[in-house]
Amino acid sequence: MNFMKFKWLYFLLSALILVPGMISLVLFGLKPSIDFVGGSLLELKFEENQSLVVDYQKTIEDSGFDVYSIQSSGEKEFLIRMKPITKDDVSLIKAALAEKFEEMPEEVRFETVGPTLGRELLIKTIAAIIFAAVAILGYVAWAFKKAKFGICAIIAMFHDSLVMLGIFSLLGHFYGVEVDTLFVTALLTILSFSVHDTVVVYDRIRESQKRHPGANFIDLVNKAITETLARSLNNSMTIIFMLLALYLLGGETIKWFIFALLVGTISGTYSSTFTAAPLLVVWDELEKKIRKK
Amino acid sequence: MAPKGRTRTLFWLIILISFMALVIDLPQNLPLKFSWKNFSLDTQISRPDFDFSFGNFKFKKELELKQGLDLAGGSHLVFKAKMEGVAEEDRPAALDAARDNIERRVNFFGVSEPLVQTSKGGEEYRLIVELPGVAEIDQAIDLIGQTAQLDFREQESSDSAVFISTDLTGKDLKRSQVQFDPNTGQPTVSLEFNPEGADLFGQITTRNVGMIVGIFLDEQPVSLPRVDEPITSGEAVIRGDFTLEEAKKLSIQLNAGALPVPIEIIEQRNIGATLGQESIEKSVRAGLVGLLMVMGFMWALYGRLGFLADLGLIIYGLITLALYKLIPVTLTLPGMAGFILSVGMAVDANILIFERIKEEIRWGKQLREAMELGFGRAWDSIRDANICTLITCFILFNPFNWSFLNVSGMIRGFALTLGLGIFISLFTGIVVTRTLLRTFFIRKEKLITDH
Repeated sequence: MNFMKFKWLYFLLSALILVPGMISLVLFGLKPSIDFVGGSLLELKFEENQSLVVDYQKTIEDSGFDVYSIQSSGEKEFLIRMKPITKDDVSLIKAALAEKFEEMPEEVRFETVGPTLGRELLIKTIAAIIFAAVAILGYVAWAFKKAKFGICAIIAMFHDSLVMLGIFSLLGHFYGVEVDTLFVTALLTILSFSVHDTVVVYDRIRESQKRHPGANFIDLVNKAITETLARSLNNSMTIIFMLLALYLLGGETIKWFIFALLVGTISGTYSSTFTAAPLLVVWDELEKKIRKK
Repeated sequence: MAPKGRTRTLFWLIILISFMALVIDLPQNLPLKFSWKNFSLDTQISRPDFDFSFGNFKFKKELELKQGLDLAGGSHLVFKAKMEGVAEEDRPAALDAARDNIERRVNFFGVSEPLVQTSKGGEEYRLIVELPGVAEIDQAIDLIGQTAQLDFREQESSDSAVFISTDLTGKDLKRSQVQFDPNTGQPTVSLEFNPEGADLFGQITTRNVGMIVGIFLDEQPVSLPRVDEPITSGEAVIRGDFTLEEAKKLSIQLNAGALPVPIEIIEQRNIGATLGQESIEKSVRAGLVGLLMVMGFMWALYGRLGFLADLGLIIYGLITLALYKLIPVTLTLPGMAGFILSVGMAVDANILIFERIKEEIRWGKQLREAMELGFGRAWDSIRDANICTLITCFILFNPFNWSFLNVSGMIRGFALTLGLGIFISLFTGIVVTRTLLRTFFIRKEKLITDH
């Protein structure tokens, strides 16, 4: 089947998802968690009490603490974000709440990160991403000899990263979903998964090139895709099953981490067949046009 | 064609390994309880602990899964060392000394398996402390964070509020203990000086009879007793209106010694234990459900081949879990996610091979030849593809502690389980599945040709 005939359709589909994401990234950016900007996160739980979170907020502010945000995070739990506070402050807050609502809240977790640490982490994160991208590019270039394979694989990889970043920017703006170190982990994992998937397709294209040296490039690519599509989809399905199960049934704290992995996996599967391969074809056509001149 | 003998050996070897893995994987005690009509069973399988000796070689391994902070509950603390008063070249040594000191304090406190590490971030010298399962975290932080520099001072003259330092400090202490005042029942901290200290103390008390000798901790007076008579025994008691916890804390700090450099807390994460346990249960459940879906999928798609791949997958799970217990790998929540993810990826090698086999059959080859070719040709793809993921795992795990990369425990946990999972899955996906295939399909073919 002539998959490559529709390559502009595939690019359009990518654009449909990428453009809103990019706009959101530029306008709203990402919502960073305390890992990156510093601050405190306090999660408390009331067994009996069922007041509104705004009431809790008022009590805390009355005790002299600024609250950045407060939200429910489960049936009985609520999450408070504030500027960095100490453990003693936490005791004060708990006491104030206990007095007002006649029940001592249970401390589920408390995290506080100083701002220098946060900034540092951001730098380390960017370093990791650059390092990974370069290492993977190097490997693909070495394995496939021709630059075009490596570069198109990297473009597909960035495509997937931008899909993830764009979606999380939108989620951050509309639902307050934060980006933390786990998100970065997911991003890096997807980088590699995306290339992993792309490499399988490219591998097949290369093999076909060897077997049919004179053949038309587009035909080769179509053939390769036909042969690998089943495998690519099936492999992704197994991973998606596991991630879906984790997302629906797994713990609260890693929910968005799993979601990021899910988004990335779907995008990665899509991009290896419908972005990476068409890019090769486009490159090839451009090469030919330039040569004719 | 693979020699039949070798295949059979490999087959039994795999069965043996799987069985051992199963034994290692079992929890300490597995309750077995069910009843059916008149037959009922209510007993426990106890896994034998590995504890044997072999001449001089002793082997004892506790085979429980080590849980990270986010699962077991506990605290993760990061301190910054205030190095202003320390010369540049002395700083690393000071940090190491601080590290040792804190470890002593934490050990005296009785925390099991604490983690105390040094780290350098930019210009800052830091200490990372992890305390699993600590309930009284406030105490722990106070215990660690306080410099605890003890010194003794004498009054300038009687009735003066000014105190002058003597040479007697915490360094001259041999030991400190918590005791109870026989009269009031109040907790006190007893001090025992070393010989030089005892000597000094004797001199100080002698020349200060009737005056106050101040006991100062980090520049704050903790006790201001009046000296009744010279004390040459080298023993003293600090009565400072302590609660029991305060007394214990002071005693520990004195025994460990003063911190060589003051420290300040810059990051703190406390996780309650219930959150962790809930997360574990949910993740295990999710993992099992996902596994069933994947297994069903493989069976539906590839029939008998799929079923064998499923067996390979179960063996993969058993071996991986056993390795976690043996190495041991500290499991965190992202680590569990990494493991579950790797199960999904483990199947990938099989899918690549099976698709290849289907292709070869489509091109007219016989099943056996198709099988062998399938394994051979798919290997290149498998290798290239997995190397990329392994590169990323390497970067995330940061085994050489490069400071420009992260050192977070949770991320490393994920990288480790994912990376380990890939290695093991390469083994089970290729060796195990191939052996199973060869074993069962060879027999089947024999059955067919014998008729």
